[in-house]
Amino acid sequence: MIKKYDIVIIGGGPAGLAAAISARKNGIESTLILERDKELGGILNQCIHNGFGLHTFGEELTGPEYADRFIRQVREQNIEYKLNTMVINISREKVITAMNREEGMFLIQAKAVILAMGCRERSRGALNIPGYRPAGIYSAGTAQRLVNIEGYLPGREVVILGSGDIGLIMARRMTLEGAKVKVVAELMPYSGGLKRNIVQCLDDFGIPLKLSHTVVNIKGKERVEGVTLAQVGADGKPIPGTEEEYACDTLLLSVGLIPENELSREMGVELNRVTSGPVVNESLETNIEGVFACGNVLHVHDLVDFVSEEAAAAGKNAADYIKWQQPVEVPEQKQNRTIILESRNGVRYTVPAVIRPERMPEEMTVRFRVGAVYKNCYISCYFDEERVLHKKRTILAPGEMEQIKLTKEQILNASSLRKISILIEEE
Amino acid sequence: MEEKNLTCIGCPMGCFLTVKIKDGEVQSVEGNSCKRGAVYGRKEVTNPTRIVTTTVRVLNGTEKVVSVKTKEDIQKSGILDCIRELKEVTVTAPVEIGDVVLHDVAGTGVDIVATKNISVSIDITGSNDYH
Repeated sequence: MIKKYDIVIIGGGPAGLAAAISARKNGIESTLILERDKELGGILNQCIHNGFGLHTFGEELTGPEYADRFIRQVREQNIEYKLNTMVINISREKVITAMNREEGMFLIQAKAVILAMGCRERSRGALNIPGYRPAGIYSAGTAQRLVNIEGYLPGREVVILGSGDIGLIMARRMTLEGAKVKVVAELMPYSGGLKRNIVQCLDDFGIPLKLSHTVVNIKGKERVEGVTLAQVGADGKPIPGTEEEYACDTLLLSVGLIPENELSREMGVELNRVTSGPVVNESLETNIEGVFACGNVLHVHDLVDFVSEEAAAAGKNAADYIKWQQPVEVPEQKQNRTIILESRNGVRYTVPAVIRPERMPEEMTVRFRVGAVYKNCYISCYFDEERVLHKKRTILAPGEMEQIKLTKEQILNASSLRKISILIEEE
Repeated sequence: MEEKNLTCIGCPMGCFLTVKIKDGEVQSVEGNSCKRGAVYGRKEVTNPTRIVTTTVRVLNGTEKVVSVKTKEDIQKSGILDCIRELKEVTVTAPVEIGDVVLHDVAGTGVDIVATKNISVSIDITGSNDYH
């Protein structure tokens, strides 16, 4: 017999937890979280540094503490969850195929599905670094798990490629555990990490950050023995003659995160080429009705607080979908009205990508990222040709997600509106 | 007159600050583009502090280590002493968030508290092997 639930949430990390709690708050009793790890909380469990929750709780928590605040609510409200459970397929009809040790393989029929699978790290294979395949090359997140959860130190002399926040955090972590972090190399002319992490994880410990540098060779056959760094030109290619050798036994890679959308793709969810996440509407609903997405599976965030906020919206929208059963009553001629959100002039993407005005919440957050560092510029929003927002910013950087708010009233008032554009302007 | 250079962490601008100090007193902060920069520059050269996070070993737990933090921020200069003292600390499961793992770390007057719940391992025979 197939078990039935109103809402099934795929993933028990920060997004899945917040979505489940929000769905329950909005009146849905029948919910289930499916989590492949042995505990709830996702990647927060290995992020033992502090700085989480400033927006949500007004205090700085460590990752496990932040997760615990949500896990407690899940337990208090008796929200059902299954651990050690791998989802292997979701059909367009929302039949979920999953497996675990106790139940073997089983099917679940959901009325609505919330995708909250998170993201994974870009691996060495994606970087085209030549050389052998010796031991001692880890993604920064793998090293983080080894040190903070398993209690192992994966190496003594370390070079880090990529200055994403996980790489910076691990530079400090490995140093505190007694390793020597020799250098952090970053391909781009700026770091993708937060300033605070550059100061508190690198500067505090005298670890050099080399911008516009990359690894051009990894030495060692059985174990990493060293790496060669070279400066790169404006074209991103190594400049001959700038090579420098670093002896090390470990290379950590912190070179980007990719939303984990294999399940989404297989079920026919349309994905955005820029974010690698689903294309969603104002309800964070994908092109498949009743299938929602939130958190890092939708687009990679830098602050977990915003993941929780977005996931709570997805949970509420899924609850509304269940309660309506039928699409909301709207006048015939307006039913198919959709407004496209366009990103241009330095804005790389927006979430959501389309808005159905009648379905909009009273106030909606549009999140986006810019493609380069911009100083003293404006974020502008146009309703067709009319500029409705012009916000001065001293700095915009690719590493910091940006957002603007749109209200339902504002959009309903613009009755002939077809396209909303978000862009960067110099004046 | 002594000069210290640092990067402001207030926002992504990362202003390059120059702080001038005379007889232990901050004379000026330059290079900041907002008030927060001046406040940060002053604090960072006179009394820099950090919350320290690390792990300590656990006996009989479902995990081999538990994450911990200083309950309040401590002097930046005391980070390594704090870490060194915690290397010697072992706790026994169960551990709950907020449990005091060590009182008054490295003479700072600040306690170390657990930041993760670790329950008792059912398999108590194999949980103590450290590598």
